[in-house]
Amino acid sequence: MGLYRDEAVVLRTYKLGEADRIIVLLTATRGKVRAVAKGVRRTKSRFGGRLEPPSRVSLLGYEGRNLDGINQVETVDAYAPLRRDLERMTDAGALVEAAEQVGREGESDPGLFKMLTGALRTLAYSPQRPALLVGAFYWKLLAAEGVVPVVEHCVACGEPEVVSFDVASGGTLCRAHRQGAPVDAATLAVVRQVLGGRLVDALALPASPEVFAAAGMATAALEAHLERRLKAVHLLGGAS
Amino acid sequence: MYTAAVQDLIDELGRLPGIGPKSAQRIAFHLLSVSKDDALRLAHSITVAKERVSWCRRCFNIAEVQAGLHPGSGLAQHAASEPAGDAHTVLCDICRDARRDPKVICVVEESRDVVAMEKTREFRGLYHVLGGAISPIDGIGPDKLRVRELIARISPEGVEEVILATNPNIEGEATALYLTKLLEHLPLKVTQLASGLPVGGDLEYADELTLGRALEGRRTIGG
Ligand SMILES: [Zn+2]
Ligand SMILES: [Zn+2]
Repeated sequence: MGLYRDEAVVLRTYKLGEADRIIVLLTATRGKVRAVAKGVRRTKSRFGGRLEPPSRVSLLGYEGRNLDGINQVETVDAYAPLRRDLERMTDAGALVEAAEQVGREGESDPGLFKMLTGALRTLAYSPQRPALLVGAFYWKLLAAEGVVPVVEHCVACGEPEVVSFDVASGGTLCRAHRQGAPVDAATLAVVRQVLGGRLVDALALPASPEVFAAAGMATAALEAHLERRLKAVHLLGGAS
Repeated sequence: MYTAAVQDLIDELGRLPGIGPKSAQRIAFHLLSVSKDDALRLAHSITVAKERVSWCRRCFNIAEVQAGLHPGSGLAQHAASEPAGDAHTVLCDICRDARRDPKVICVVEESRDVVAMEKTREFRGLYHVLGGAISPIDGIGPDKLRVRELIARISPEGVEEVILATNPNIEGEATALYLTKLLEHLPLKVTQLASGLPVGGDLEYADELTLGRALEGRRTIGG
């Protein structure tokens, strides 16, 4: 039975038996892990609120046959300000939901861990809720997965002037090849900002139709890649 | 693989919460191995509970149809009425109790939370059971909870205070935030259960969220 120490983000939890929970974690070095926290639902549990999503923790775990177990947990960052704002909480739900879908068990993904903790920190501690945070995270996930749609030119012919976006076709399309949903230049500028290394500027953008549309494109592309619908991002339906 | 009857049983059991395919199989074979009386007693108690127990039409707590008022077998003059009819007529024990204060409503996620609150013997108002909590990651929004029903009670029942007693976890907190936003424009007091340190615990073992909350919710006791 191997003991290990790792950092992790608590993605979600499931009730198990009378007082336990299965904790789904994205660890820094061992990918996605499902581990049992014994007695965590009891009021006097030694784990207390440390295993609440989306906390970042340092943990002492042990390998089990089916599920790992958790011996000790310390909080690295509980992202406490998130919990005072319903929209940011929903955004955090959208981040951890996507991370859970993209993360793989038994496959180390330090890049994903870094992206997630960075996004949660920005979400929790920015004075204003960054309107494009979830959208930018989704675009970056697509890039990291190597499935980012083409947004520089027409997928079909390379024509720089594009008018629509179609996930099934693999990106933007020109007037001649148009398919899918119309897309305007302002929205594409936002997407190119995110993918072109100007993330900080993109996150400073206030909520606008372009920001909303840019996030919607990423959601559609990520849902196509995962072959499933994401729930959290649709919940408050543009409540920003 | 199995006969149709056994497979049906395994499938039904597998739909219960917390029961995976392996457990469903184990329970099914257990049930097949026990005496017929034992198995039928379980089937009977499920039938009786489903017939007698429904949701309180006012607070959505679990409510039991009074024996005699409505025979469990659904015979006699009620023969024609559908079982769902109960749901519209039944009040729970708490809502029926004239000594309770209807001006204060304590909002909880589940019926079992009512039981927990009642054990304190500190609360004399009424309840409202939401039937869950907002959970973005599970796609559970306010529309899936009995929020509209709560709002509908406020004015007709002359409610003066709503106590939010959702669980102190991320879903419960999201729900409390949502309800606060919704209720803050109404002429009533909205309060939330204080969250803090468990009685009998040691301060040094408290986690940061709990301790932070306890500090936030501190109260003046002198000076
Ligand atoms: Zn083209
Ligand atoms: Zn009631």
